[in-house]
Amino acid sequence: MTTMTIAKAINEGLRATLSNNPRSLLMGEDIGPLGGVYRVTDGLIAEFGADRVVDTPLAESGIIGTAIGLALRGYLPVCEIQFDGFVFPGFNQITTQLAKMHSRSNGNLTVPVVIRIPYGGGIGSIEHHSESPEALFAHTAGLRIITPSNPHDAYWMIQQAVDCLDPVIVFEPKRRYWLKGEVDTDSPGESADPFKAHVLRAGTDATVVAYGPLVPVALAAAGAAAEDGHSVEVIDLRSISPIDFDTVTASVRKTGRLIVAHEAPTFGGIGGEIAARVSERAFHSLEAPVIRVGGFHMPYPVAKVEEDYLPDIDRILEALERALAY
Amino acid sequence: MGATQLPSTEFDGSEADDQLEARAEAVLGDPDVPMVQLLGPDGTLGTDPVFSEYAARLDAGKLRGFYADMAKIRRFDVEATALQRQGQLALWVPLTGQEAAQIGSGRASQPQDYLFPTYREHGVALTRNVDLAELLRQFRGVSNGGWNPKDTNFHLYTLVLAAQTPHAVGYAMGIQRDQKLAEASAAAGDSAAGPQDPKAAVMVYFGDGASSEGDVHESMVFAASYNAPVVFFCQNNHWAISVPTAVQTRIPLSNRAKGYGFPGIRVDGNDVVAVHAVTEWALEHAREGKGPVLIEAFTYRVGAHTTADDPTKYRGSEEEARWRAKDPLERLEKYLRAEGLADDAFFEQVKTDGDELAAYVRRTTHDLETPDIRTAFANTYAEAHPLVAEELAWFEEYSAGFADEAGSLPVTAEQAEADKAASR
Repeated sequence: MTTMTIAKAINEGLRATLSNNPRSLLMGEDIGPLGGVYRVTDGLIAEFGADRVVDTPLAESGIIGTAIGLALRGYLPVCEIQFDGFVFPGFNQITTQLAKMHSRSNGNLTVPVVIRIPYGGGIGSIEHHSESPEALFAHTAGLRIITPSNPHDAYWMIQQAVDCLDPVIVFEPKRRYWLKGEVDTDSPGESADPFKAHVLRAGTDATVVAYGPLVPVALAAAGAAAEDGHSVEVIDLRSISPIDFDTVTASVRKTGRLIVAHEAPTFGGIGGEIAARVSERAFHSLEAPVIRVGGFHMPYPVAKVEEDYLPDIDRILEALERALAY
Repeated sequence: MGATQLPSTEFDGSEADDQLEARAEAVLGDPDVPMVQLLGPDGTLGTDPVFSEYAARLDAGKLRGFYADMAKIRRFDVEATALQRQGQLALWVPLTGQEAAQIGSGRASQPQDYLFPTYREHGVALTRNVDLAELLRQFRGVSNGGWNPKDTNFHLYTLVLAAQTPHAVGYAMGIQRDQKLAEASAAAGDSAAGPQDPKAAVMVYFGDGASSEGDVHESMVFAASYNAPVVFFCQNNHWAISVPTAVQTRIPLSNRAKGYGFPGIRVDGNDVVAVHAVTEWALEHAREGKGPVLIEAFTYRVGAHTTADDPTKYRGSEEEARWRAKDPLERLEKYLRAEGLADDAFFEQVKTDGDELAAYVRRTTHDLETPDIRTAFANTYAEAHPLVAEELAWFEEYSAGFADEAGSLPVTAEQAEADKAASR
């Protein structure tokens, strides 16, 4: 076991990938000597050279598009998109090409491209630097989407994404890059399957599902609820596409109440999808409507008011109160 | 070389710009813009300081082969159009007029090269030995691809304009890395390393309309930055559905290469000899590690954009007539006959072969099987996916309810697997 931050864990995971597979390579803006704007690729160009840690021209469609071509030639590209809000110039390549290539080719071609996207708010930044666009990608069949909430998962998930034959988007919780935790670099242990949700805290009165940056918030809310005598189960979803509905449903059958929390706006979001599926699968177990805690239906607000926008402990507790009132 | 030294602009800022038609005429037909041409519309062979040498490599058999290919694909085009009119295809994208651009460039490629088409490159597909009946799968609505690109190094058609251009550059970047890995392995005395693969390049097709897409720009930036072995082959067929080239560009498209820092050449796209020579040069240039090349094949889409299009609404018949006079097949036939390289029997045989191909395509199209939707479930992801599995299970149960009805879907997993295998 080693203690490291999420950023360092991804860095070590990428280093392991580059060491283990000579056909893997990293691509992105400023990922070379600078090590990326968040230093996630720090030191890798010195170790693996400019052919494998590729500083690209400033063009997201070009990054994703050339990664597709490299994958068609048998390479395993890991692309870094600098910030969530800057993925959209590459959206066409991701949704019309990357997601569909396997299907279009009747299964003959695979394009195992990994796209790393630092996402979410809480960093006091300017426009386009704090968004959570995961639902836009989850809606597209052919993509897989995972998001670590802790260093151990971060270390293993990036490697598992590279190993996967399908394209995988890894949403990295940027405000948690400096969150420290234990990493077992010898074995993923319970994190062997990146598409499986984890029950982080057992409870009996209600379930809170969260992912990425809101996992620590959900855990804190559960702790606060316990002081008020409410036993809250917390699930780290880990995978946004596919979603491990079995784990979520099993929890709801036990607790009867479900709250889904994410930074992204609730309208058309992942929380709505989970609410719909759970109501289809476990309607008779539900004691209350599924309640979503998330962003408002507005562009991500300016930094000075983002605290009013971002779901926090109190917003989750307020939702819990409503759920328990039924 | 002369062809790369094009003027930076052919507009002088005068009122000529006012009229779209005048602008179109200026861009489309300016005789002052250098263009590599070897075989003129009258069937006489000219010279070029650089490319005559490449043309000299062509013996009579190859020239006859070019003619046979062009005639074959034109006959195929007629047949596919007829199949669409008869309701056998949902849509057809005719290539007539562009045979020289496609056969000349495709025949200049080597088996180890990888080619990315847009969606009109039926002639290139022929040169890559793609079964032309398979090419029709997409237009019959039974596949979104139709062939396995790994068999022919001819990628699937891409319908989102220019989206294939960065794929080509990435593929070329992969070739660069493969060569380095092979060299490193050879240098290390790795006895397991076999003889080195022949050097390869990538060629990507797009049109004058797609040249406006950002992906073309980004691709050219990447290709230049990494000196990638890629040839950008732009067929300027003068019309992006109904919009003339003048709306896409104010300079010859080949001139744009200069801005990226690699050679750009405009070639007479109706001259199969010149197209072949220029493409052969460009691919050799790329394979030798000298970087990308842009070729603008100056040609004309004689027919409609697709069978859903009506060119009479946006262009005059005089223009079409002018281009028909530059027909790529006629000029090669004139040359072959004048030089005594082909006789009536040859041209009769070409016609017979074309009719046989048409009959084959017609027969096979009727037989193209409708896939089972289970193949779509199976091919959405390469690895097992719980949501797909769940929805498929629901579908199986749902369709089992119709099991007694005529024309019901197959319901066994084995049958679905067999369908999947058959679709590959």
